[in-house]
Amino acid sequence: MRMYGDHQFPGKLFIVEGIDGSGKSTQLSLLQQWLKREGYMVFFSEWNSSPLVKETTRRGKKKQMLTPTTFSLLHTTDLADRIERHIIPPLKAGAIVLADRYIYTAFARDTARGVSPRWVRELYKFAVKPTIAFYFRVPLDVSLKRILSARAGLKYYEAGMDLGLSDDLEESFELFQGMISRKYEEMVDEFGLRVIDATRSIEEQQNEVRAIVERELVDVPKRPMPVRTMLNFDFRED
Amino acid sequence: MENQSNNHTFEFYGEGLPGVNLTELRGRLIVIEGPDGVGRSTQVAMLKAWLESNGHAVLDTGMTRSALAGKGIKQAKAGITLGPISLTLFYATDFADRLENEMIPALRAGFIVLTDRYIYSLIARSIVRGLEPSWIKACYGLALKPDAVFYLRSNVGGLIPRVLSSPFGFDYWESGMDIHLGDDLFDSFAEYQTRMLSVFDSMIDEYGFEVIDATQPIDVIYRNLQRRIGRLLRELY
Repeated sequence: MRMYGDHQFPGKLFIVEGIDGSGKSTQLSLLQQWLKREGYMVFFSEWNSSPLVKETTRRGKKKQMLTPTTFSLLHTTDLADRIERHIIPPLKAGAIVLADRYIYTAFARDTARGVSPRWVRELYKFAVKPTIAFYFRVPLDVSLKRILSARAGLKYYEAGMDLGLSDDLEESFELFQGMISRKYEEMVDEFGLRVIDATRSIEEQQNEVRAIVERELVDVPKRPMPVRTMLNFDFRED
Repeated sequence: MENQSNNHTFEFYGEGLPGVNLTELRGRLIVIEGPDGVGRSTQVAMLKAWLESNGHAVLDTGMTRSALAGKGIKQAKAGITLGPISLTLFYATDFADRLENEMIPALRAGFIVLTDRYIYSLIARSIVRGLEPSWIKACYGLALKPDAVFYLRSNVGGLIPRVLSSPFGFDYWESGMDIHLGDDLFDSFAEYQTRMLSVFDSMIDEYGFEVIDATQPIDVIYRNLQRRIGRLLRELY
């Protein structure tokens, strides 16, 4: 069993982190399009997406029966499943794996819920260390404006209602996001997160991200994906 | 005799659970551990009836029964869709759910919690599947230290009769077929359980197991457990 930092693969793992509304998912999908067009094998893995665990999580959320500890463990199970199934095999095959949220999301959210920071870090020791972990830094008022104007309704756990910060969904969400934002800031040095100023234009951010990623791709093989996987999403500018 | 009931305080193995006040836990936690087919559940059922007849409120509980993750684990095992790390963590989720939502509330209410297996079986399964022992043990730092762990110890030969008395015979998981230890269920069962027993044995000192020879007849084991639990409760109450 290999632990964090011990894995060696021909492929590369790039992940994005940041509070809701930081624009990280947009940036990651732009990165994905570019990498595909450049002829790399790209595999995309999303937070909380393992089908089996997802059903358990959904049951727990619906009945509001999750505690901070079981909430944390379910996300760990989900990531373990994705790492064993969707992250390690493509990395072995020399692909570029992109992940929207990674272990740092868990560290931020779970510790905000009162889980021991040391325990949760230990729990995720099985995780592959990312080649680069991007952190999209954005002031809280900017991200809240983006989220609250775009989103129809906040959900119970998403708003951190289980923390009992406030009876008001929106107020609870704001307080919870503030806590998570502070947790991210504490992790920048601890894990060497690459900070991207997410108040700049989408294009400026993407150029910086691509430049950083490109430096890591020197010995990554190019093997273009089948055309049909490109068609749905590929909006070339040229 | 010194009355220790006021001094009794639970501890966690490691970092523990947030939001649990250990001084509120007035009950006792007793664990029956041991390999598959050693007769744990029979003993738990008899002990529960005995303790209740003596006026103790008892919660009996076992693995993969939690409301949250029990169903998912059964599905995962049915389809054999989870890798060893994920399965370890899914079991840990199930355990945490039962600890927080069943055992701790019962302990708070002054029950004797009698559990068929605890973290040790889960740790042993993962170690046999090649995972890092220090990592697994750190994950289970959330667990309470029990008041007693009775380890029903047997040899592989002693496990087979009970396995064959089930209409299903050798079970895929209890035979470790997922890790390909033998050509057929019997060979795999023998090798898997041999490895499990050696991991259990290695935990005796580390976790302070009280070892009970489970190759003896059921009623002898039962009387042995009664005697030890009786002594434990006299010391504690």
